[in-house]
Order: sequence, then C-alpha cells, then structure tokens
Amino acid sequence: MTLIQAVFVLFAILTLGAGLFTVLSRHLFHAVLYLILSLVGVAGLFVLLEAEFLAGVQVLIYIGAISILIIFAVMLTRGMARNPGPPLNNQSLAAAVIAGLFFVLLAPVIAGFPWPQATQGVPADAIEALGRSLVDPNQFALPFELASVMILAALIGAIFIAREKR
Amino acid sequence: MPDGILLEYVPILTLILVGLGIGGVALIAPQLLAPKRPSRRKQLPYESGMIPIGPAQRRFPVKFYLIALLFILFDIEIIFFYPWALQVRSLKTLALVEMGLFVLILLIGYIYAWRKGAFEWER
Repeated sequence: MTLIQAVFVLFAILTLGAGLFTVLSRHLFHAVLYLILSLVGVAGLFVLLEAEFLAGVQVLIYIGAISILIIFAVMLTRGMARNPGPPLNNQSLAAAVIAGLFFVLLAPVIAGFPWPQATQGVPADAIEALGRSLVDPNQFALPFELASVMILAALIGAIFIAREKR
Repeated sequence: MPDGILLEYVPILTLILVGLGIGGVALIAPQLLAPKRPSRRKQLPYESGMIPIGPAQRRFPVKFYLIALLFILFDIEIIFFYPWALQVRSLKTLALVEMGLFVLILLIGYIYAWRKGAFEWER
C-alpha cells in the first residue's frame, strides 16, 4: 500500500466513521459536530482527487457556512436540550432488515457497474480554466450570472421569512 | 496520483497538528498542574462572572438564523471570485463587466437586506 492509499483509507474511515456517529448520536448537537468531521473527511477526499477548488468550496461553504446554519437550526429547535430518548425504537428490527435487503440489492449493481476511468490527469491549471470558463460567453457565463440571481432570490426569501414582523 | 503531491499539504497537516497540540495541552496541563480547591460557588457554570440564570441550553432567537443565512449567501458569492481572480489579468473587459453584473445583482440584495434592517440587531 502506497502512502497515498494509506491517506485515502484514513480519510475514508474519518468520513464513514463520523457519518456513523452522526446517525447514532443521541444528542442532536453532537450529531452536527460529527457531521462537520465527516465533511472534513470529504474535503480530504476532494484533495486526493486533485480537485483543490472543490476541496476549498467544501471547507468554505460546507464546513464554514452550512454547518453554522445547521448549528443555528438546532439551537432554534424547541426541546433540543431535553432527554432525546433511546436511539432505537420498536421499528429498529424492521428498518435493519429492509436496509440490509436494500444493500443486498444495491451492492452487486455498484460492483458490476462499468465506472468510467479517467483517461487523462487533472490539468495543472484547472482552477484558472474554471475561472476562464465562468466568464466565457460560450461556456458558463449565463449560469454564472444566473447564480447571482439565485443567491439574490435566496437572500430576499430568507429576509422575508425570518425577519421579525414590526 | 504520485505521492509527491502530498508534500504540498504538509503545511496544512502541520497546522492541524499544532492546533490539536495547543488544544490538547490546554486541556491536559491544567488537570496535572492546577491546584484544586473546589467549592460550591466555584463549580457553578461560568457566565461572565454573573450568577447563572436559567438553563444553559435554550432556544435562540431566529435573528441568528438570518445572520447565518446571509453569511452563507455572501460566502457563496466570494467562492465565485477565487477562480475569476486567478485569471483576471489575462481576461478581457467583458470578463470584468460580467463580474460587475454579478456583483451588481448581489448588491441589490445587499441594499434590500440593509433597508429591511437585516443587519440591525435591535429591531
């Protein structure tokens, strides 16, 4: 096993392990903290794929902003601090059976799927190319401008809904 | 992917390790070094020196959520600047105009947020 594979295994364990704890945490707030750890693992996987820009987006948007939003959402939730009750209920067995069956169904499909192989490496100036294509009218200039309209819509919607009425 | 690319991330790894180290030492050192003479008052939760009132975990006002949402939206705006800024010297006027339009549309939202008092805490 090369060093890079070892690092990959480390990040995979981090992502999956933290994801598991996210689901199993009894306290909603702890679940959010584990979710952030899992997102850190995903950022590491992006780095290993040489998708540095995506890794940066992952850190800035997901770890930096979305997780804060989720934390605020948890803190706004009524009864967050109350005893959350046992993590299992009487439907656990049925859920486990169905999830297991779904896994049995899905696993051969994923294993047998002809995943495409990358034919060429990541170009060294991938981020520069992204910057060029964002403003190139023949490529992504229109989606780029539309993105600002979407952010504007989200901003106005957020203010309209969340602002306290006077 | 060659192993050599990992070398580029040694500074980040170092930063993470130093951060964990400082945090770990700050947690462990007082356990070993600090004198412990607990009293009832000392063991109260610390609330900036005041006597703590009410439960520690209670619902937060929705204002915080609005601030977080505004933060996300402008965070997303900033992320678009990075690839553009790397190329800005080699791009033509059109690219500048397009970024100007992008910012202008968001500026409308900014002015709307400002006029609606979204940045004011006491309202």
